[in-house]
Amino acid sequence: MKSLEELKALKAKMQKEIGIRDDDKANIKIIVGMGTCGIAAGARPVVIAFTEEIAKHGLTDVAVEQMGCKGDCANEPIVDVYFGNEKKATYIKMTPDRAVRVVNEHIVGGAVVTEFVGDDK
Amino acid sequence: MHQLSLSILDIAQNSLTANASLVEIAIVEKTFLHTLEITISDNGNGMTDEQLKNATDPFYTTKKSKKVGLGISLYKMSAELTGGKFSIYSKINTGTSVSALFHTDHIDCPPLGNISDTVFSLITSTDADIYFRHEKDDTFFEIDTRQFREVLGDIPISSPQVVLFIREYLNRNKI
Repeated sequence: MKSLEELKALKAKMQKEIGIRDDDKANIKIIVGMGTCGIAAGARPVVIAFTEEIAKHGLTDVAVEQMGCKGDCANEPIVDVYFGNEKKATYIKMTPDRAVRVVNEHIVGGAVVTEFVGDDK
Repeated sequence: MHQLSLSILDIAQNSLTANASLVEIAIVEKTFLHTLEITISDNGNGMTDEQLKNATDPFYTTKKSKKVGLGISLYKMSAELTGGKFSIYSKINTGTSVSALFHTDHIDCPPLGNISDTVFSLITSTDADIYFRHEKDDTFFEIDTRQFREVLGDIPISSPQVVLFIREYLNRNKI
């Protein structure tokens, strides 16, 4: 199959680069609410915006994960950002544009985007 | 949900919450019959008889955070509104399978919407394997992360270059 051949070529190219190993543990976690409420409120474009923006920055120590409903449906899409085991921020009412800003200002820049932060639950 | 692809994401999230290591999604569209059938199966925790019996009740949930469970009940209603069918099978410690048939010529049938976005967001937000197959009359598209993992070896699927590859692959090959 052509696609798998292309993937093999990509792998060969990546193996020449330094620093790509399976034991690169993700230090930063971005967890997106993907319950029924989150999805209905627009979590899908938000999780995609996070994933693409992180990939475009070439970040290998950031993982995007999903979680279910936390009971705060009115504030969905909700995103929790963890650095190590320490929770850094809960962002509420997220959009793809806001996701791009969180990656650039918080994940890359290190400063919580306070205007999108909501009460933690 | 205003797109069937969003309902698929919702139901597949249940599989991930149930600790599935494999989620299989199959869409079979027969345009000459005006039907679209979606089956989502997993090897997750499965449900007890009690849970299975109540799964389509909107006021039944196992979540501690709230008192409603709308995902499956909305999905069932959505299929039945088109004159279609819904079924769910589950076995504890084995897995769950949810099937829904939609009549696409019914005015209440939601469009499939962006299925590539659904598959991409599933693949990139979980360690579970995803098998997706979309059949439309005599054409089909499929993607299997187990094959991807086999090719990639020790390179994770979450690597930036692989993520962008999958995005482009889905957008280029979708039907």
